[in-house]
Amino acid sequence: MSFQLTEEQKMVRLMARDFAGKELEPMAAQRDKEEIFPMDVVKKMGELGLLGMMVPDEYGGAGAGAVSYCLALQEIAYACASTAVTMSVANLSTEPLLRFGDETQKTRYLLKLAQGELLGCFALTEPGAGSDPGSLSMSAEDKRDHYLINGTKVFITHGQYADVVNLIARTGPEKGSRGLSTFIVEKGTPGFSVGSREDKLGLRASNTVELLFSDCKVPKENLVGKPGAGFKIAMIALDSGRIGIASQALGITRACLDESIRYAKGRKQFGKAISSFEAIQWMIADMATGIEAANWLILSAAWRKDQGLPFTKEASMAKLFTSELANKSAYLALQIHGGYGYLKDFKVERLYRDARATTIYEGTSEIQRLVIARNLLKEHA
Amino acid sequence: MNIVVCVKQVPDTSDPDTEVHIDGTGRGVDQSKFSFVINDADNYAVEEAILLKEKHGGEVTVVNIGGEAANQVIRMALAKGGDGAVRLDDESFVYSDVVATARLLKSAIKDLGCDLVLTGCMASDDGYGAVGIALAQMLEVPHAAYVKTVEVVDDKKLKVGRELEGGLLEMNEIEMPCLLAIQTGGNEPRYASFKGIREASKKEIKVMDLAATGLSADEVGESGSVAVMTQYSVPEVGDLAEMIEGDPAETSAKLANILKEKGLV
Repeated sequence: MSFQLTEEQKMVRLMARDFAGKELEPMAAQRDKEEIFPMDVVKKMGELGLLGMMVPDEYGGAGAGAVSYCLALQEIAYACASTAVTMSVANLSTEPLLRFGDETQKTRYLLKLAQGELLGCFALTEPGAGSDPGSLSMSAEDKRDHYLINGTKVFITHGQYADVVNLIARTGPEKGSRGLSTFIVEKGTPGFSVGSREDKLGLRASNTVELLFSDCKVPKENLVGKPGAGFKIAMIALDSGRIGIASQALGITRACLDESIRYAKGRKQFGKAISSFEAIQWMIADMATGIEAANWLILSAAWRKDQGLPFTKEASMAKLFTSELANKSAYLALQIHGGYGYLKDFKVERLYRDARATTIYEGTSEIQRLVIARNLLKEHA
Repeated sequence: MNIVVCVKQVPDTSDPDTEVHIDGTGRGVDQSKFSFVINDADNYAVEEAILLKEKHGGEVTVVNIGGEAANQVIRMALAKGGDGAVRLDDESFVYSDVVATARLLKSAIKDLGCDLVLTGCMASDDGYGAVGIALAQMLEVPHAAYVKTVEVVDDKKLKVGRELEGGLLEMNEIEMPCLLAIQTGGNEPRYASFKGIREASKKEIKVMDLAATGLSADEVGESGSVAVMTQYSVPEVGDLAEMIEGDPAETSAKLANILKEKGLV
């Protein structure tokens, strides 16, 4: 048993902290207020390798592994949760190609995604298919030399800015999760356009749009993996995505704690700092204990991934626990700030809104429980 | 061109939670609550060294005086492009003043055969701004301080720009080997790359204790120092200083009134 990070992991965390403190934190509030997607910063993150952290060297990636990825994403989220979801989705978008792409696809797309030359997004959700992606209706008809794609995707993170889309669509007549396939679709492909941009509660400096496909011809060679393997590919990509979102939620929670401590030590009521009151201390203690637990849940899931061990259940546990923790902590942090926390002048107001998405996207808390329970029951079959 | 760059680890004062408290000895501050970073000016010196190496070849050696915790800033400099590192670490080095510090650095640098020594122009913690100059004297090489631009004229000579008051740039030619104390703002310090981090995490940091420096105990630490730091004290609040207290709303309103009364806004 070892609770030590390696030198390399510690350095990655330090580099990400340095980057987040200088490039993200100073303008985070303004970007949130004005809904600015920071393409320039995202570009820099790509060049540094932060958007292809789990892609190995030979495909142009950082080859840093899942543990380092979680540490870095936390630091980014601590400074700007919006940019953290961008980072999470960009990294997730490398997974289908990394695990299932052929050499041509890897050379053509993965290399550039890993080096930040291309930005990738992941399009699974549809208006009628959220928690139940097996019910999605986007069609990809086999037309011998190409697939003809029709339908609408929604809630697509940075879909407006992405150069390539990982798209899940129905290729077969089978019902449910069978009959789905994964494609890489390039921006600018005729018949593919960006629909409306969503006006969100939080994460307002991240971009969320609809993607519209109308008789969009996608070449045969852009099918990733086998026809019919789309659901499996999506679920594997989401396993990685979940440790990303858990890390984002932990970054938000750590920010909640630090903001709370700073405010509680400075704010005086009844003649003393409110941090001297037990009621406030208990809230701080609860947040800090949660952070410790979440940290090890995430690191354990990430470590399992790096070791090549199954980590689906652990990733879901980490995501479930940490996203719920982020919401509780944001509630407590705002409570500690009192009326000031309700104002946009204070960072906790943004944290409160940003935390909310974490129990919803990449699998709601209810779906995480379902994944955990099914895996457990399978283990005991 | 072989370059030595001296780096110091200092408390991160950009962190708003940093509180400075004098420790029990009265000669130190409580460091337990600090997070540590590379001294700002040294960060620019590291970048300058790597830029010069990228353009003109050679090796960059990172030199530091500090405990094991300082490996963090050393490794980061290695990850950005440094080739080797030396850390001077011995209990007897504590309380070294400018002269003793420069003597220690010289002991690590003198046999490296470098063409150029870079330091930051000032450390953000003690603010002496003199170690680089003292080191140049001991190495018996010319120096320039507050250097913002460095250009290689030929393999013997550099053209350096020193930043003066009001941003005025004074251009000088200086013969190598020499020492430059680098000012902040002359370049854009890079972030370490993943490849650099991976390589740096495996690189050896050579540690030199007192015996390895070849110096005697009375040449280092307090006994080797010309100036001895005796006591830290917190400034008393003067009659002319008004400390504004209260909530952010109250303090900002009071401050605005004062500025208005004095006709400053």
